[in-house]
Amino acid sequence: MLKDITLGQYFPGDTPVHRLDPRAKILCVVLYIVALFCAKWVISYALMALVLCVCVLFSRVPFRAMSRGLRPVYIIVLFTAVMNLFFTAGTPVSDLPVLRHITVEGAYTAGFMALRVILLIMGTFLLTYTTSPIALTDALDSLLSPLKKLRFPVHELTLMMSLALRFIPTLIEETDKIISAQKARGADFESGGLIRRAKALLPVLVPLFVSAFRRADELATAMECRCYHGGEGRTALHVLRFAAADGVAIAAFAVLTAAMIVLRNLGW
Amino acid sequence: MEPVLRIEQLTHTYSAGTPFCRNAVEGLDLTVYRGEILGIMGHTGSGKSTLIQHLNGLLKPTQGHIYLNGRDIWETPSRIRQVRFQVGLVFQYPEYQLFEETVYRDIAFGPRNMGLDEADIDRRVRQAAAAVGLPEEVLERSPFELSGGQKRRVAIAGVIAMEPEVLVLDEPTAGLDPRGREAILGQIREYHRQRGNTVILVSHSMEEIARNADRIAVLSAARLLMEGTPSEVFARADELMRVGLDVPQVTKVALALQKRGVPVRSDVYTAEELRRQIRALRGGGVC
Repeated sequence: MLKDITLGQYFPGDTPVHRLDPRAKILCVVLYIVALFCAKWVISYALMALVLCVCVLFSRVPFRAMSRGLRPVYIIVLFTAVMNLFFTAGTPVSDLPVLRHITVEGAYTAGFMALRVILLIMGTFLLTYTTSPIALTDALDSLLSPLKKLRFPVHELTLMMSLALRFIPTLIEETDKIISAQKARGADFESGGLIRRAKALLPVLVPLFVSAFRRADELATAMECRCYHGGEGRTALHVLRFAAADGVAIAAFAVLTAAMIVLRNLGW
Repeated sequence: MEPVLRIEQLTHTYSAGTPFCRNAVEGLDLTVYRGEILGIMGHTGSGKSTLIQHLNGLLKPTQGHIYLNGRDIWETPSRIRQVRFQVGLVFQYPEYQLFEETVYRDIAFGPRNMGLDEADIDRRVRQAAAAVGLPEEVLERSPFELSGGQKRRVAIAGVIAMEPEVLVLDEPTAGLDPRGREAILGQIREYHRQRGNTVILVSHSMEEIARNADRIAVLSAARLLMEGTPSEVFARADELMRVGLDVPQVTKVALALQKRGVPVRSDVYTAEELRRQIRALRGGGVC
């Protein structure tokens, strides 16, 4: 049950998208997001959707997997859409009782808003689907390295990130085990009101925290045994190198963003 | 002998309908009789843990049925919690499930979930603590400041306190030192002797199973490989070794003696029994 959670799972593969330098991919996603927020009207949204579709096709990530990842955010999308639908000022669609509250502008805003959230999430999902967590943190480490001059602990931050990612499956497995053990002692997680249910989680959360601390402690010892001493003078096993394709990708997305800004000013 | 648990054609498939689907247990039939100690052996991944999680309804069979006292436990799914009180399951490394502020309250968690009154809970907690050899003064301490072996006793007591008809223990001695192992096994034997309840002991240590079980079921690759008394099972020592299971040291010695032409039987699994046989061969002399 808990194991079925998708958390930006990595789809291994060897496609042009997978092969891009993770730093290039992060920059592309940032440009993509900026472009997405510039989109204003049907033409620009269509262009953004097209770009995303092309990228997904190149990456060979199945569309089903992309939409499955969207499942938890459908409610948020629906909520913002409904809110926009009813609370945007403008000309009403019709004089009928319910439709009186819906405006033409509201309908457009609701549609665009939903589309924007979906495109945003799918775009970022494509990044995590095609980039392994390790590559991602390495890329962040490299991209944020200028901040080291400001004494910002970049290496520590990315190390924490990769450790957190690495322990998610372990902790999920552990939670499953503890839930089973407490169920075997008659714990009841399914009945009762909100407060009773929250209280019923205590026998799961306490052992989970205890074991998380124990694991952290053991990990720290293991790292010290292997002479870990932070990022100073540390070399990487996989050295990131920009290739021609990375330059092309970044340039393409930069052009896309520029185009969106132009389209925005044209009101398209 | 009266059956207490009957497992009929049990199959459990993990991740059904995905490319990762695999059968952890396949077409398994097994009967557990009232009052016996049944040992379940098999190496990692043979389906032991999956099997025992079916006995108290933590997992639902993909196919097949589990009968407790003649009734299918999934007949009324809403009563599955009652089954969990009747079949007490102690997980592997159960000390990681402790959560309460005091040992007393942790052991009382199961009985309290059963909805018993305070006096009954108190009696059960004290009896269960005594059964696993926890001294009275430990009851008021935090379970987190105890040693590993004591934590495990607390966790086992937490299940015993529900006074289940069938007590299932998954590798109760894993990770303990020899003295801790012997102590826990001794207490389980004593618990069984006093109450006459059914005990199912899962382990991959042959010695442990050989010395404690009345009957043994051996699982291999999701199926039941053999079933019988310890001497029946260890008589097929070569088969056990072929599927990668170990046999007791004494059985190995007997097999080696056989190879050298000493006519001892290979179904021995205790040093005492082997000594008796060798003595008989030497005409009653001292060896």
